This record gives sequence, structure tokens and C-alpha cells, in this order.
Amino acid sequence: MDKIAPKSRRTLLKTATAVAGAVAGTSLPALASAAPAAQGAEVIKIVSSLPLTGPSYGQSISVVNAIRMAIEEAGRKSGNFIIEYEALDDATAAAAKWMAEKEAENANKALNDPDTMVYIGTMNSGAAKVSIPILNQANLVMISPANTYPGLTKPGKGEANEPDVYYPSGTRNYTRVVPADDLQGAVGANWAKKLGAKTAYVIDDTELYGKGIADVFVATAEKIGIKLVGRSGIDGKASDYRAVATNVRALKPDAVYFGGITDNNAAKVLKDLRDGGFDGSFIGPDGIFDTTFLKTAGDAAEGAYCTFGGVAVSSYEGSAKEFAEKYKAAYHADPEAYAIYGYEAAKVALAAIAAAGVKDRTKIRDAVFATKDFKGILGTWGFDANGDTSVTTMSVSIAARLADGTLSWEKVEILTAG
Amino acid sequence: MLTFEYFLQQLVTGLANGMLITLVAIGYTLVYGIVEMINFAHGDVFMLGAFSSVTTLQALGAQAVKRVANKDQPPIPETYLWLVIALITSMVFCATLNVLIERLAYRRLRRGSRMAPLISAIGVSFILQNFGIYWKGVSPVNFPRYIPQIDLVKAFGIDSFVRVTTKDVFVFVVTVPLVIALTLFIQRTKLGKAMRATAQDRDAAQLMGIDINRTIALTFLLGGALAGAAGLVSGLYNNTAGFQMGFSYGLNSFTAAVLGGIGNLNGAMLGGVFIGILAAMSDGYLDARWTPVVIFGTLNLVLIIRPSGILGQDLAERA
Repeated sequence: MDKIAPKSRRTLLKTATAVAGAVAGTSLPALASAAPAAQGAEVIKIVSSLPLTGPSYGQSISVVNAIRMAIEEAGRKSGNFIIEYEALDDATAAAAKWMAEKEAENANKALNDPDTMVYIGTMNSGAAKVSIPILNQANLVMISPANTYPGLTKPGKGEANEPDVYYPSGTRNYTRVVPADDLQGAVGANWAKKLGAKTAYVIDDTELYGKGIADVFVATAEKIGIKLVGRSGIDGKASDYRAVATNVRALKPDAVYFGGITDNNAAKVLKDLRDGGFDGSFIGPDGIFDTTFLKTAGDAAEGAYCTFGGVAVSSYEGSAKEFAEKYKAAYHADPEAYAIYGYEAAKVALAAIAAAGVKDRTKIRDAVFATKDFKGILGTWGFDANGDTSVTTMSVSIAARLADGTLSWEKVEILTAG
Repeated sequence: MLTFEYFLQQLVTGLANGMLITLVAIGYTLVYGIVEMINFAHGDVFMLGAFSSVTTLQALGAQAVKRVANKDQPPIPETYLWLVIALITSMVFCATLNVLIERLAYRRLRRGSRMAPLISAIGVSFILQNFGIYWKGVSPVNFPRYIPQIDLVKAFGIDSFVRVTTKDVFVFVVTVPLVIALTLFIQRTKLGKAMRATAQDRDAAQLMGIDINRTIALTFLLGGALAGAAGLVSGLYNNTAGFQMGFSYGLNSFTAAVLGGIGNLNGAMLGGVFIGILAAMSDGYLDARWTPVVIFGTLNLVLIIRPSGILGQDLAERA
């Protein structure tokens, strides 16, 4: 299941473009689908903003492909409108991950383009924090396929001034099709308990998402009787984490929880822990739920657990399975974990544009928020007033070695968080 | 957790990392000592050294260490040969690259403004990083485990929290002889004498019949070779390589060189080991997130009190 390799040539090309873009201070040009030039019909543009440069590329391009698939399936039309799509990149080659400046640039670009009515993004919660307030002023609706930090939408789950601080106009414009971390972090802690852990050590990457979910893990762990023996924040650019591994060895926790993303050296952290002699359970959130993590960690990854809002691709059923098959036929690779959410986000956007019936940002935003009993690929669901999905399916996967010797995330259990 | 054994463990980690930093720092300091420029591309040469090592080892068909019952097995005997070949390849590759860089990007600017080669070096750094991306992609590369990790303390029958593994020892086995060889080369050989003379007074050295261009090329050659060795060792020690590693290691090594007194060989060694230990202690006793603050804070402090670094700046006099 070598998902990324077949595209390596494209990675290069894109990287080169991104480098050129970063140097010239311009954004990544044209991934736009060429729209059929029909007469009279108006054009509505959907843009996405995801990290297409760096370790996240595999995950992000999979989401972009899925969005494109949804739009193609609808015949690049919704209601009376012709739909155009452009995939923006919010990462730079120099950082090899999302950058606040790049995300702000993308948001402003969308804002200033009168045809852009829907903004699908972002991948990283920290990036959403940048673009939500920018787009909020223009009533431009955001649908995130991947953000899970609770404070973006839920009062009382993040900092004291969250989430209102992100919505200067006073009206919400941000929705997400994935369940948030107040569920996921709790699932992580419950899973540790189920594995028999009595003590845990927590490592986070000090980012909004990573620290946020680690906080939820700690809070839940204490509630259900897992003792926190230590906690470290790491620098994602450091060359090694041996000192942290030494702490873990000294404290002998039953489990280590890592709050963070693959781009912040998650694989190296796990390698150093294993090299340091830690043989307990390693549990991470959806930030490491990709093939890049498995490839980089190599042998060390075997047996690592990962929680995810949704289910692993290998255990899709029904319409999700059909989606995975169609995806594979079109792109010659299995979809990554978040592709299905990109697909669903695009479907919601298309439905909302049709329901609104006018090319008006406010109306389309209201139509997205009015999504209820939506019969999508994730089941029948809707958005609540905060813009959160009613879906609460969570799953735990394990990094297992397949018969052909490659590592893959395989489902262990599907849970419904309440 | 504030036991003495814990302290010793961090010391071992710090020393091993410090030796790696030293190898790279020497490259900065040698070049600065002779041409008085900071070679910002040096860290990226080191990164390409790591990339070339993993490519060589994979091309040779070297086998990664097998784990049986959670214990690393000793490598097959051929592995040692593969490692020596990879070490030589990486050193030759990086030395050649560094000499080429000097010839193409710096030599013509030598008589110009001091800023010119510096800016050129930053440009070269970008070129090498992008070459790295082209070669191995943007994601970190898994550097397979060719060196087994066997705890020697336990192997000697001592039951202690401190672990000194074969991997730690490997770092010293490669780096220490290289540093000693370089020091002897500079102190004892004719070419070394030429390097010292050029560092002291370029014009006078030229009048004495020393080929300046060749001596400077030799300096880049030595710096590059050490960076190549460091690339291999860091890959085997950390089991990860990525196009950004040149930047992060480079920054630490540059700091080490400045801290010890840039242009001063002993200063680079002292600075390298000092930064390695400081980082490990900060990681262990504070928190990893504060380590860059501690390192650069210390650098600031030293530069305020002793602007020329701990051991002062002269390669010619002190090397």
C-alpha cells in the first residue's frame, strides 16, 4: 500500500512550483479545473486551502482529489451555476508545513475574488485560527474537512475567549464535517485505560491542535484514573528526542500519548522512545494518521495506536466503500483517511449552493449552516448552531504489518463517543 | 528524577550529539579562519552527506539490523565493509561538492565586498536544500538501522539506569579519530602549515610562494569531508534524514563555532561539546521546548562578555 510513491514525480513538480511561489511571494497557481464555457450561466468558485508541500502532501492531495471527484460527479454544476475549483497550498517548502502567512494570503485571495463562495479548509486547526476571522468579515463560509481543535467552535472547551474571538462579525461562518477533539482526546484516554494503562506520559508539539488534544487527554485520563507521570512539549525541528526518551524510561509509564502531527517529527519521537527502551503503548491522535508517519517511523511504528474521528479506509462499508473504489479507479491509489471528508465537504457545498439558488455569500453560508438530515457518505447527519457535525463515530487503529511487509493503519475498534 | 545516573545519561546523549556538532562546526571555523566568511551552505552539505550515505548503503544492499525478541542482533560481518564504503563515499562526495561550491560561488567574489560571498553562500544554501528536496522529497527519510543498539553497560554486567549503547560508541569511534587526524594535519604537515600561514596573512603567504587558491580549496575540501562523515554518523545515530536537517544542525554548529571563537579549531571542539551537553541538560531538566532559548541565550551572554568567543578567534596562532 505504497500510497505516496506513484505520485512522487508530481510531488517534485509541485514542490518546485511551491518553492518558486514562496520565493516570488505569490501563491501556488492553477490547479483549477477548466470549467466548460457555457453561455449565460454564472460561475461559482470553490477553493480549498490545504498543506500541499511537505509530509502532509499525501493526505492533502487525497482530499483535493476527493473534492475534485465530488465536483466532477455533479457535472461541475450545482443548480444553475457552473462550479470551478481551485486548490490552494497553505504550506511552504522552507517550512515543509502550513504557515500562518500563507494561510492568510489564501484567505485574502478567496475574499477578494468575487466568484469564490465556499472555502474548504483547513487541514490544521492552527491555520483555521488565521483564516476564520479574515473570511468571517466577508460572510464567506468555511467547511473544514479536518480541523479538530474544539475551541474553534465550542464555547467552554478551549481558552476563555474562544470561540467568539474568531468571529468578529458576531455571526458564525465556520463548519466542520469531522468530530472535534473533545471527543477524540477522550477516546484516546479511554483506549489507554482499556489497554490496561495505569500511568501515562504526555508529549505534545506545542501547536494549537497538538497541545489542545493533549490537554483533553490529560483531563480525561485524570477523571478515569490514569496517573499522569510527566509531560513534555517538543520542538518539531529538533534533531533528536533522546532526553525526552530518557525521561520516559526513568518514569516507566504504561502508555505515552503524543499530541501532534506527523510534520512535527512525530515519527522521530516514536523512534527515540523505542530506542530508549520504552515498550509500552504509544497512542496518537489523527494528526499521525497517515502513511508518511508509518514510512518515516519504519519498524518503530509497529503496534502504535491512533484515534480518528471516523473509520480507517480499510474498514469502509456501503457508500464509503463505493467511494474508496471509485477513488482508486480514478487516482490509482487508496484514499487517505481525510479524503472522505473532503468529498463530503464538497457535497455539502454543492448542495448548499443549489439550495441558496443565488450567488450570494451570506445566503450560501446560511444554506450550509441549515444542513440537516443530510444523506451523505458519512451517514445521515447535520450541522449544529456551532457548525459542528452531529456525527460522533470514532475509531482506533493500530499500525500493523501486512502480509507484503508494508505497514498499514488497521482498524481495531469503532466507538461512538457520546 | 534528579539522580546522578539520570545526569550521567543526559551527559552521554549530550557528548554524542556534541561530537556530531563539532564535526560540522569545524567546517564553519576552518573556512572562517582562512577566508573570513560564514559559509552558510555548510549545513546543507552535511545534509546531502546524510542523503548520499543512505543512497550508498541501499545501493550496496546493506541489511538493516534484525530485532529478535526485542533485542538487536549483531550485524552480519559485511555490514562493517558497507559502512566504511559509505563513509568514504560520503566524505569524498561532500568534499568534492564543497570544493566546487568554493570554485563556482565564492572564489570570484573573494576580493569584492565582504557581503558578496556571504549572500552567495545563502544562495548556495537554497540551491542545496532544493536539490535535497529533488533527491529525497520533502518528507523525512527513514534511515534504516544499520548499527545495532546494544547496551554496553548491561553487557558488562552492571545494572544501571545509564545506558551507553553501541550507537553512542559508534559516534565516538568515527568522530574522535577524525578530529585528531585533522588537528595533526594542520599542526604537523606542510599543507597544514600553508593553511595556517594563509590564515595569518594571505598576502605574505602568497609572497612566500604558497598557492592561495589551492590552500583555500584544501580548506573547503577538509571541511566538506568532515561534514560528509557527520552526515553518515548522524543518519546512523538518529535514523532519520530530511532536507531541513542541514538548517537545524547547521545553526547549532555555527553557534558552537562562534561560542568557542570562530576561526579557532579548539574553539569549535569546545563549543560543539558544550552545545551538545547544554542541549541535553536543558531537554532533561527544563523542557525540550526551552532548549533553543537556552542555547541562543547562552550564545548572547558569551558574546556580550567575550565578543571573540570563549577561546578567541585565531586559527593561525592557536590551532
